[in-house]
Amino acid sequence: MTVAGEMRQYQVVGRKAATDENPNPEAYRMIIFAPNPTTAKSKFWYFMRQFRKMKKTTGEILDCVELTEKNSRTVKNYGIWLRYDSRSGTHNMYREYRDLKLTGAISQLYDEMAGRHRTRPRSIQIIRTATVAPKDLKRPNGMQFAQAKVKFPLPHRVDSAKRGQKALSDRTFSTVRPTTMFN
Amino acid sequence: MGFSRYVEVGRIVLISYGPNAGSLATVIDIVDQNKCLIDGPEEITGVSRQVIPYRRIALTDLTVKIQRNARAKQLKSAWKEGDVQAKWEGSSWAKKLEAKKKRSGLSDFDRFKVMVAKQQKSRIIAKKMKELKA
Repeated sequence: MTVAGEMRQYQVVGRKAATDENPNPEAYRMIIFAPNPTTAKSKFWYFMRQFRKMKKTTGEILDCVELTEKNSRTVKNYGIWLRYDSRSGTHNMYREYRDLKLTGAISQLYDEMAGRHRTRPRSIQIIRTATVAPKDLKRPNGMQFAQAKVKFPLPHRVDSAKRGQKALSDRTFSTVRPTTMFN
Repeated sequence: MGFSRYVEVGRIVLISYGPNAGSLATVIDIVDQNKCLIDGPEEITGVSRQVIPYRRIALTDLTVKIQRNARAKQLKSAWKEGDVQAKWEGSSWAKKLEAKKKRSGLSDFDRFKVMVAKQQKSRIIAKKMKELKA
């Protein structure tokens, strides 16, 4: 699986295809994070064949819909339990993110796992997600922004590239020293 | 020198990059070390409620008294009460931006007229100075 842009949340329902012996097989529902419905269905079969004796060639997808966040106007704390394969083994992990949407938090997770652990999206499995109240947060970084009164300066900023102008770090020569203090 | 402008709920910021560049907005919540949630209010500044990275905003001296996650209505009344728009337009920062905008819109002939006006102004000043010295 590749992650192109924002991740989306899908509900996928599938079952074994009905046969004469078993005209009404049991259906299974799964919540999957994927960039598009095609990948979501593929992921569904990947997980399903690990849990039950089912596979895509003898099964059918009954339903695949995108789930959207009800309240995407306020910032929430999301806790994510995951499992990932590193170069040397498999690990379980719990991480926290602050975002407007769960899918935003999941996207942050994939980016951060790639940056910190060089983990590719195909080796990450999301086990469980939850919104966490500020008092139940476990990670100090999220905690400090979930407090009632947050206040901090923005010291030492370097201008990024703008239209028609290179970033300071990209310019070979300059006649002026950069201003990095804006207060 | 200590800091005087902080990222905090109620801080008025100037957007420096993106589709809303040049407009004011208010910080209504802090997401993390890179991003905050802002809202114009949309009726006044045209900036809708959105998450924006700190790299794309500049902090101003102004603040309004609002709660975290304030609704557009409360924000609007806080702006009116704090007289934010007038205070901003009165600041030298806003005046400079306005002047810059005006200058970039000038035609070649307009620039020539500015040059002539400047010459006339300095002639008057020089003349007065001479009189005062004498």
